[in-house]
Amino acid sequence: MIRLLGAPFAALGRGSTTLAEGVGRWGMLTGQTIQALRHVDVWLRLLLPQMARVGVDSVPIALFIAMFTGIVLALQASYTFTGAIPLYFVGVLVGKTMMLELGPVLTGLALSGRVGANIAAELGTMRVTEQIDALETLAYPPVAYLVVPRVLAAIIMFPVVTALAIGMGIFAGWATSIQLLDMTSAEFINGLTLFFVPFDVTFAMIKATSFGFMVASIGCFFGFTTEGGAEGVGHSTTRAVVVSSMVILVLDAFWAVTLL
Amino acid sequence: MAIQIRDLYKSFGEKEVLRGFSVEAREGETLVILGGSGSGKSVTLKHVVGLLTPDSGDVVVDGQVVSELTSNELFKLRRRVGYVFQFAALFDSLSVAENVGMGLRRHSDMSQDEIRDRVTECLEVVDLEGFEERFPAELSGGQKKRAGIARAIATRPQYLLYDEPTTGLDPVTRAMIDQLILRMSEELGVTGIVITHDIDSAFRVADRFAMLHEGRCRFVGSPEEIRSTEDPVVRGFIEGRPELMEKAQ
Ligand SMILES: Nc1ncnc2c1ncn2[C@@H]1O[C@H](COP(=O)(O)OP(=O)(O)O)[C@@H](O)[C@H]1O
Ligand SMILES: [Mg+2]
Repeated sequence: MIRLLGAPFAALGRGSTTLAEGVGRWGMLTGQTIQALRHVDVWLRLLLPQMARVGVDSVPIALFIAMFTGIVLALQASYTFTGAIPLYFVGVLVGKTMMLELGPVLTGLALSGRVGANIAAELGTMRVTEQIDALETLAYPPVAYLVVPRVLAAIIMFPVVTALAIGMGIFAGWATSIQLLDMTSAEFINGLTLFFVPFDVTFAMIKATSFGFMVASIGCFFGFTTEGGAEGVGHSTTRAVVVSSMVILVLDAFWAVTLL
Repeated sequence: MAIQIRDLYKSFGEKEVLRGFSVEAREGETLVILGGSGSGKSVTLKHVVGLLTPDSGDVVVDGQVVSELTSNELFKLRRRVGYVFQFAALFDSLSVAENVGMGLRRHSDMSQDEIRDRVTECLEVVDLEGFEERFPAELSGGQKKRAGIARAIATRPQYLLYDEPTTGLDPVTRAMIDQLILRMSEELGVTGIVITHDIDSAFRVADRFAMLHEGRCRFVGSPEEIRSTEDPVVRGFIEGRPELMEKAQ
């Protein structure tokens, strides 16, 4: 009986040691990434192509998600307010929600599925086909060559994509308000600016930057530590997406607690 | 100018792969290391360029202990060692020319034109002229292997490590690669280690043989010595007679 009860806890214990181990190894890779920044000659010319890739991969999906979110936010706000609250508050809700929460988080989640998965699959394939070993034998520092440009590109591009998504969401909310909700443009914009503070933008960008770092570094980590052929690459890719999505949600709460 | 592998131990988890392997590739010679699949040949070779670190024992290249080098020293050493990977390990996202020129762009002060000429020259050596703009996905297995060799020799290394250079290739390509290995050693004085279980190819290129068996060096000697050895494990392996090897267990 005791053994029976103990089993799940033993399993839990095992789970948590591997989690701690994983976090430790990810931390080591992050440390190496920071050290590898000094090999500017290696990573600099790879940065722009990676930024372009993050952009191309993610802008369409991010805008698509933001557009529908903006529409739904406007409609739900008006439905909730039911005349009890002045209609221009639709502008408040759309603006604040897109900026503070849905713009960064939905973009981050979408990008963990595109950018994070892409990185893990690509580096995982390079690992199992010995391309990373080959890089080393050609005297390239692999972290500087592979990890640094990807992480920097994500740190730079996530805020850009998030800003575009926020813009699209607000635009869609505005279009919905004047087309379907019997509001004027002036009312919507009045609501939009009513409670706006510049810190809203800062907050969104802090989130987007941290999500970018996490998605890319977690993708790189699972890619680098891939073992066991094509199947291993599949595992790494799935894990990268699952873990970075979870990390985004936790970080999101963390920023809300510490900064709001 | 030699590669000494001294009492090398390496385990992965429970699995003891190398258990005191020692062998030396002397200056200018081509040493062939024989051994069955999974005996640890690739693992041994990876220690030579510091891709793996030994549990104990060491590898000495040019008088330097590889596992004790700083990362800068290791980079310097790697510039002088060419590594031919078992499955070529070409960079998928780069063209053949970019693959071959990769080492040159990193550590030489050659101009773009000089690099292009060197790449063309190396591709000619492996009979791949005109393949510059192809991508690895568009090459056959043998062509990939040859492109991998071109990449390894592009920096004119003093040492060349070949991991199963002829396995799985057609007889013509095999003979061509054997000639290439010989040329590297005879014309350029390269010190080479060739890992293989292709016996015909081994006899064509070897100055000396070693056999890795159960993690240790089972045999070392000249081609004549390996032909006349009484050791049933070695005989069984080179004659393809597993019954001899089993009897020796
Ligand atoms: N990075 C690694 N992690 C775990 N096991 C490994 C690793 N590299 C090699 N091995 C194991 O070591 C043994 C020897 O491998 P290898 O040197 O590739 O054999 P071969 O002689 O065929 O080249 C194999 O059983 C292989 O599974
Ligand atoms: Mg091997």
